Amino acid sequence: MEHSLLFQCLVYLLAAVICVPIAKKLGLGAVLGYLIAGVVIGPSVTGIMGENSSEVMHFAEYGVVMMLFLIGMELEPELLWKLRIPIIGLGGVQVLLTTAAFTGAAYLLGLPLKASFAIGMILSLSSTAIVLQILKEKGWMELSAGQSSFSVLLFQDIAVIPMLAVFPLLASSDVHTESESHTLISGQPGWVQTLVVLGAVIAIIFAGRYLVRPLLSVVARTRVRELFTASALLLVIAIIVLMTLVGMSPALGSFLGGVVLANSEYRHELESDIEPFKGLLLGLFFMAVGASIDFKLIWAEPLLIIGLVFGVMLLKTLVLTICGKIFRLSKDQDLLFALALCQVGEFAFVLLSYSRQNAILPNDTVSILTAVVALSMALTPLVFLFYEKGIQPIFLKNIQQEEREFDEIDTKHPVIIAGFGRFGNITGRFLLANGIQCTILDNDSDRVEVLRKMGYKVYYGDATRNDMLASAGAENAKLIIIAMDTPEQTQEVVKLVKKHYPNMQMLVRSEDLTDTFELMDLGVVRIYREYLDTSLRMGVDAMKLLGFRAYASYRSSQTFLRHDEQAIKGFSASRDDRKQFISTARDRMEELTKQLQIDKVARWRDGDSSWEAETMREEARIDPEEKNIQ
Amino acid sequence: MAKILILLAHPALERSRVHKRMVSAVKNMDHVTLHDLYELYPNFDIQIPREQDLLLAHDIIILQHPMYWYSGPALLKQWLDLVLEHGWAYGMKGTALRGKWLMSAISTGGPEAAYTLEGHHQHTLKQFMLPYEQTAKLCNMHYLPPAAITGAHKLDDTAIQQKALQYRALLERLRDEPLDLQQAAQLPNLMELIQLPQA
Repeated sequence: MEHSLLFQCLVYLLAAVICVPIAKKLGLGAVLGYLIAGVVIGPSVTGIMGENSSEVMHFAEYGVVMMLFLIGMELEPELLWKLRIPIIGLGGVQVLLTTAAFTGAAYLLGLPLKASFAIGMILSLSSTAIVLQILKEKGWMELSAGQSSFSVLLFQDIAVIPMLAVFPLLASSDVHTESESHTLISGQPGWVQTLVVLGAVIAIIFAGRYLVRPLLSVVARTRVRELFTASALLLVIAIIVLMTLVGMSPALGSFLGGVVLANSEYRHELESDIEPFKGLLLGLFFMAVGASIDFKLIWAEPLLIIGLVFGVMLLKTLVLTICGKIFRLSKDQDLLFALALCQVGEFAFVLLSYSRQNAILPNDTVSILTAVVALSMALTPLVFLFYEKGIQPIFLKNIQQEEREFDEIDTKHPVIIAGFGRFGNITGRFLLANGIQCTILDNDSDRVEVLRKMGYKVYYGDATRNDMLASAGAENAKLIIIAMDTPEQTQEVVKLVKKHYPNMQMLVRSEDLTDTFELMDLGVVRIYREYLDTSLRMGVDAMKLLGFRAYASYRSSQTFLRHDEQAIKGFSASRDDRKQFISTARDRMEELTKQLQIDKVARWRDGDSSWEAETMREEARIDPEEKNIQ
Repeated sequence: MAKILILLAHPALERSRVHKRMVSAVKNMDHVTLHDLYELYPNFDIQIPREQDLLLAHDIIILQHPMYWYSGPALLKQWLDLVLEHGWAYGMKGTALRGKWLMSAISTGGPEAAYTLEGHHQHTLKQFMLPYEQTAKLCNMHYLPPAAITGAHKLDDTAIQQKALQYRALLERLRDEPLDLQQAAQLPNLMELIQLPQA
């Protein structure tokens, strides 16, 4: 048995290590890579893993349980409160409308009302794990579509709790449940089960507050770090056992466990303990989903399955588009939002297995739906690709054409600002306040709309495209300020400008040292490290509060700034040194220490010897005539 | 009682010997406002209305600073350039400072003898202060001879402390008693108005 467990680990890890890099190289993203790895090792293709699919699903459920725990932990109360309007409003409308739409559709297809309602709820959910990861990868989290998606996903994660509570009510009372003998409450009428479920939920929340927190503080006092991880796991497993005992989903239990810990003061410590496992567990989950796709079923009824997949995704997109419209997303953002959430999520697997156990849905319906859900998830990265390559350019082109019609003549502004986020925004406002004409490029259409209304000349569009720069007047502009949302985008723009507009001066924002070095490699002279000036200003104020003179602190900060810039240039001069400099965290720490020592040795604070010069006092003592003394 | 405004301009007060003591000697006097320019405007971003309001609220303006290259430190020049606006401090409509008094309180490293026609700087301190004197005249202010602490390099701490107390006594005198301008103008160093108690 031991051998078999190790062998399973071997297969999973090997599949991941082979498939994920290939998928990334092909531009498909890590999620699709894991899914493909799962398909390959699953029973349908090579069958290396698990002769029957239930064995694999067992693995999948473990992944789901752990992932839900982490998702639960990320439900910060503060964040929830801050986003309460988009979450409850947009999320609520989406879940209600989608549930209604699918319930209706299933009912029309001839399923009983209760089963239809269950399907409606299952299909209303989207995949938090996949969507957030892709949005982050593409750098779209900051767009209004990204923010809206995040809110809706959060709402769905929370909505699962009432859904799981409602599900027992949907069980047809005359059907006996599969897992009858294992739980305490099976066989009871539906309303009793619902009450027990709610009771368990409340019990967990109370225990979490008044039992677990004191326990964790005891553990924390032992200062044995791994004991913390251990107690977190103990907590989760205890909840899972309890949940199984009362006949509830272990996934929901661990999700609740996560939520309880999110409320505790040990949240960040626990999160950083578990963080390393997170990616791998998610990978495991995606592989399990891939492996659970029952290709035999698809081969048996290909048209039905494929039709269902596209039907589901289309209907979801449609409903989501309407939601976006209601909440006033602009056209392209609405479409991105709708396409991003048009798959069915990982919670569906939880709800489906729950429905099977409680005989809410017949077995073959569950199998078909599992395949549909998994396929819709697998298609998600492709949907994003479709948006990026197929839809976004249309919007870009439309807006560009509009621009050309409207402002052909006055595109001779001396300054172009590429990226009007937090950073470019301030620089831009400063220049505009000085009456300097700027052309602003930004790929957040809502931001663009607001600025346009205020009378600014803003192009909606991607500054990493040459035609966009051209229509922004790059031929005639004197300088370009580059402050895109990600370093990669910034570098893209830098390369474009170097190639096509060598006479335009570049002022480039950089995020960190790696980024700075890369920009230096590209030959950028004016690089502005994001937090440099602010942090120094903070340092100056700290010195003042400690009783140093304002002017001395200020000059010291200017000297430090100069030294720092010089040090960076020094590191950049020799490529090999620099490679080493950034290669490992340890090296970086060493370099930082070295840098601080240089600061100490240079004693730059004593540079101001012109005032109150010690040397002059010396001379006055030696020279009786004091001829050369002021 | 006259109200006194001290405009202190010292870029490295933390390392000064003379001005630090002068400042602590006069810090908590009634009717004396100490205005530390380098502390307030480390990046030379002087707020003009605030400075002008301060000037209006006082009768005697003292420019306190070390002598650097026969003049004041850079920020003091910046202050004069920005605050004494045309149409406010001078010009046909510039009467805001009319009738107020202006005085310099300075320190030099070199000895008093060096600041004579025969000494190696070849001019008196009063002569070196000509730009300030003429500034006062242009603003319709009365100008007083400088109050100077000289030879600072060779003064020990007790001596400096005594000079600081003399400076305080001078301010008390200016604040409390009306001054005969004719008589005061004769003095090469206004500190002479106060006789030091013989040690």
